[in-house]
Amino acid sequence: MIRNTLLTVTEVGLPVDEKLYIRKNRIESENGSNGRRISIVTGIHGDELEGQYVCWQVQQRIAAHPECLLGTVDIYPAMNPFGIESVSRGIPAFDLDMNRIFPGSEDGDMNEYIASRIVHDLEGSTLAIDIHASNIYLTEIPQIRINEMSAERLVPIAQKANVDFIWVHGASTVLEATLAYSLNSRGTDTLVVEMGVGMRITKEYGDQLTDGIFNLMKELNIWSGETAPVRKPIISSDPDEVEFLNAPAAGVFVKTLSHGAMLKKGDEIGLIIDPLSGKTLYPVLSPCNGWLFTVREYPIVDQGSLMARILKREIGGQPQ
Amino acid sequence: MKKEILFEIPGIYRDAFRVTGYTFGEGEKALCIVGSMRGNENQQLYCASRLVARLKRLEEDGKLIEGQQILVIPCVNSYSINTKRRFWCIDNTDINRMFPGYDKGETTQRIAAGVFEQIKDYRYGVQFASFYMPGAFVPHIRMMKTGYEDPKLAAEFGLPYVVVQPPRPFDTATLNYNCYICGAPASSLYTTNTARIDTESAQQAEDAVLNFMSRRGIINYRAHGGYRSEIINGEDMVSLRAATSGFLQCLVKPGQRVEKGQLLATILDPYEGTVRSELRAPVYGVVAFAGDEPMTYENTAVLKLIPEVE
Repeated sequence: MIRNTLLTVTEVGLPVDEKLYIRKNRIESENGSNGRRISIVTGIHGDELEGQYVCWQVQQRIAAHPECLLGTVDIYPAMNPFGIESVSRGIPAFDLDMNRIFPGSEDGDMNEYIASRIVHDLEGSTLAIDIHASNIYLTEIPQIRINEMSAERLVPIAQKANVDFIWVHGASTVLEATLAYSLNSRGTDTLVVEMGVGMRITKEYGDQLTDGIFNLMKELNIWSGETAPVRKPIISSDPDEVEFLNAPAAGVFVKTLSHGAMLKKGDEIGLIIDPLSGKTLYPVLSPCNGWLFTVREYPIVDQGSLMARILKREIGGQPQ
Repeated sequence: MKKEILFEIPGIYRDAFRVTGYTFGEGEKALCIVGSMRGNENQQLYCASRLVARLKRLEEDGKLIEGQQILVIPCVNSYSINTKRRFWCIDNTDINRMFPGYDKGETTQRIAAGVFEQIKDYRYGVQFASFYMPGAFVPHIRMMKTGYEDPKLAAEFGLPYVVVQPPRPFDTATLNYNCYICGAPASSLYTTNTARIDTESAQQAEDAVLNFMSRRGIINYRAHGGYRSEIINGEDMVSLRAATSGFLQCLVKPGQRVEKGQLLATILDPYEGTVRSELRAPVYGVVAFAGDEPMTYENTAVLKLIPEVE
């Protein structure tokens, strides 16, 4: 049997008759834990909900085979409960992106204090997985993004997570304020997953990532049960290999192809249309052969709005 | 005065988005002044508009020094001001987190790149900046500790204080920081308010910029004397945090001198009206910032003091 313990990571009193709680569910075998710990984190951005399903699905599978749990599984479904419950990406009362305030400060304001308590609680995990869902504008193939400074350590781990793509990106000072950067720089391995789209749950992707999480748990000696085979991801660490397609004009973007499509140069990815004049303003054509791993979901575009990302690589069929 | 469109992108259903600049004088690019960058920065826009009016009169009176060019950009984000959104309307991104920008990137990166291209060659930069916390500040100049900062230069504005602050990670994408990197000393000028117009501190800001221009040989103007600025390390400011949440009643104003132990604010229970907590001055000093929201959260800085130098 397993033991579920609902724990409060931190709490802060709000002005009128309410407390803000950051909570986690600690799941262990009733026989105890071997000390290995995986932390599943999501909801830093209140509009990214894909991780909600994963948190539930992981617990469903553990409950189905409690005898296989060797270590500790900590589930943090709502790092930004204000944002989640007010359909807001940031922290609503403060208009603040929570993933730009880590590692926080014990002596800082309310949000910095919460951020600091979160980092403190997650530190020491054998592995942390921070699940994001891009945003409301873009749909993403399940992928893990890794700062080049942590690539050597994290890419071999990410390869076991059953994602389609591992994107090693350049270091950026701004990104030093993310949860993942804070944890990785403190020696707690942390993977950032991006998949699906904001404000929605893509069950298929949630199941895929859950398979990957159990595979990682088995690798880390947290889980002894059967795991599904995982796909071999495409890995890109060359910034020149990713083509960004930005809108040449304002309009309404109507996609022709979905994310995951294999592209030939000149393929129509979508159209930018003008409903007022009834004209097609621009066909959005692929400038290269490659793999469409991001595509715009939210139709309204300004000049410059991101419509697609293409990995400029010839890939024989869907990555498996 | 020359009015021109510095950057423009067409909208779909809205009028085109424009960044408009006002140039005074011709010649060496001496000083660039940027007003509001966010949709709630009405005071910053107001300050810039006053400066446009003042510089127009000075130019007409022949008070600009020949060979010196001044650029004023009153507003970098008119779309957000017009819709009362703080950040960019479609994607809620902050233009002041996009510098130096990227002309092939996303919309706000393009706006930042377009604006930065226009201002990067100016010798000095001034931004009418706002603080992210709602409240009132004592007027001051803020400079980032980049290794290039020159607080003595900032003191030429003649405002009561110059605050030097080390940059945080997100500061590296601000206009101010990137001006420094390009070799243009940039000063953020904080007036009292953000969303509400405060004419007194706007007047002070206007005089401060004219002081600076006068002392730097950009205009021929008998400047209002101003203050001998006190240079403060931002880390030396004393933050007073609310021990509890509740109704905030600040009993002091920015610029007010306070005694050690003086009661500065009370926080009241919003149901029962009783005092939940009090904030007293831990040092002798001057109030630099006083929060003005009716409610405060727990652990939130509601007052900042500049400690008195012993």
